[in-house]
Amino acid sequence: MRNHRLSPVGFLAAAFVLAAALLAAGCRKGGDGTTGSAGIQMKGSDTMVNLVQAWAEEYRKVAPQVSVEVSGGGSGVGIAALIRGAVQIASSSRDMKPQEMDQARRHTGKEVREFTVGYDALAIYVHKENPLEVITFEQLAEIYAEGGRLTQWKDLKISIPGCSGDEIIRISRQSSSGTYEFFREHVLLNRDFKLGSRDMNGSKEVVELVERTPCAIGYSGMGYATPAVKVIRVAERANAPAFEPSVENTLSRAYPIARALHLYTLGDPQGAVKDYIDWILSPAGQKLVIDTGYVPVRTGEPGK
Amino acid sequence: MRHYPTMGRLHREAMRMTDTPTSKPTAVARPQRPLWAIWGEKALELLIRFAGVSAIIFVMSIFFFIFREAAPVLESDRFSLGRFLGSVEWYPTSATNVRYGILALIVGTAWVSGLAVLIAVPFSLGSAIFISEFCGPRLKEALKVVIELLAAVPSVVWGFIGLTVTSRLIVEYAGATVGVNVLNGGLILALMCIPIITSIAEDALKAVPDSYREAALALGATRWQIVYRVLLPAAKTGLLAAVLLGVGRAIGETMAVLMSTGHAVQIPHGLLDSVRTLTANIAAELGEAPAKSEHYRVLFMTGVFLFIITFLVNLAADITVRGVRKQK
Repeated sequence: MRNHRLSPVGFLAAAFVLAAALLAAGCRKGGDGTTGSAGIQMKGSDTMVNLVQAWAEEYRKVAPQVSVEVSGGGSGVGIAALIRGAVQIASSSRDMKPQEMDQARRHTGKEVREFTVGYDALAIYVHKENPLEVITFEQLAEIYAEGGRLTQWKDLKISIPGCSGDEIIRISRQSSSGTYEFFREHVLLNRDFKLGSRDMNGSKEVVELVERTPCAIGYSGMGYATPAVKVIRVAERANAPAFEPSVENTLSRAYPIARALHLYTLGDPQGAVKDYIDWILSPAGQKLVIDTGYVPVRTGEPGK
Repeated sequence: MRHYPTMGRLHREAMRMTDTPTSKPTAVARPQRPLWAIWGEKALELLIRFAGVSAIIFVMSIFFFIFREAAPVLESDRFSLGRFLGSVEWYPTSATNVRYGILALIVGTAWVSGLAVLIAVPFSLGSAIFISEFCGPRLKEALKVVIELLAAVPSVVWGFIGLTVTSRLIVEYAGATVGVNVLNGGLILALMCIPIITSIAEDALKAVPDSYREAALALGATRWQIVYRVLLPAAKTGLLAAVLLGVGRAIGETMAVLMSTGHAVQIPHGLLDSVRTLTANIAAELGEAPAKSEHYRVLFMTGVFLFIITFLVNLAADITVRGVRKQK
């Protein structure tokens, strides 16, 4: 009788103890998992996320004991994580700024090392039905920059079937994106973006939204081109020749908005990280750069 | 430091509470319980008490933390509270002229959550009334299970549906130039709120004693009259709580609106314009903002602002509910 009356209390107490024990065990296990394994953590560019993913998958076949964890978020996110020392490698589709290098030095006491692992041309995408063929830097700036005068497609003397409102729907990237900063620096010449652009969270989302929106224009890495959207040629000035974002035009630097793709590490890479980066720069790694739609660094040419 | 006296008081209270029941049995000369049971009970009571009070501690410390992260920006030259709340220019990472104005984001949040609540409330109150009063027991069970399932759909899945399914439908049938807009965000958010409001409202209706229904029936009221004249007034408090929980969800939801509203900083001129909400802005930008930088602090200031809004909504709810109770 007495035992029966007491049992709920005893049971509850036992449950609490059990829960606490489980929790403690779980925490300890988690701690071991992150510190002990030979894992490489990479974070950063959304432009490069497909490429980085392809590398990680292929590298599993080369070195099965090393697990490479990959995540996107934008070049700025990767660089911020590197400065905190939270990842070993940051991928970035823009150059790291000097003040960011300083921050990393202050936080971790190590110098940041840069590896150029490929090139990307920033393609300008429009809807398939859009008759536009060529666009100049000046026009792009007038469309995208604060105070720019181009807001309607008829300003460009273009009419698009299916685009009734005629407003140029600007599709851009969120401000943590390396693509966003590269575009602002090189096309808008550091002017600010016009407010009201649709700021997508990924390179692929830009292309997908352009595909669905007749009035749209957007910029994104050349690797995201699909047959469902149109990539237009870009000219630096009104009378200059216009180029399409192809591998040859990127390597010859004829295409005006091409950029280097980087990996950044804290200090000289060592052990597993060094092997991984060496492999990425080897022909096997560079083949994946071509396969995912980007331009490889020429073998033999040292990274910038 | 500050919570020690509270804990002490609590402890004393817990002791006093546990003392009284143990002293009684001895007076009636019942067999003494083993020592471990007494102490176990005391410890458990203390634990449960702490769990209850911890909610207050957590809320206080969250607010304290957010405000501590945000506060230093108030002294910055580039930040003024007036421009923060009154300007639409949001250029946190500008290379030439950094400006922090969240008016467009506030308006965006208001439009999207307002639309969501407008769509969700009639639908969910209607379905709650149907489930509780009009449908048969078998259908009732099926509907309740389905609605609970609907409430368990993760918000990122809703966002994906907004991005791929409803946005296309809106382009096709509403003639919008871009599918990701206020209407899309509002629809998705309404779909997310409906199961929550419905299940809480249904509980509130169920809590109305059957004697009310029987009395109304005896007086010759029709089913509709019972709902309209008896149940709704009787369950007023619970229904209000359901709606306000829905509003809270609508304002606080992040991932789904981030994906379905188009994320454009502008004051919308209609339902078919893209907007950006306060929560989506924090989610999209906090990851890149270097810790302790000005941008980071301004985002935390946005968090403080959101916190105050939610607090006011809850306060309003509390006051109305109290008012309703007093009237009874």
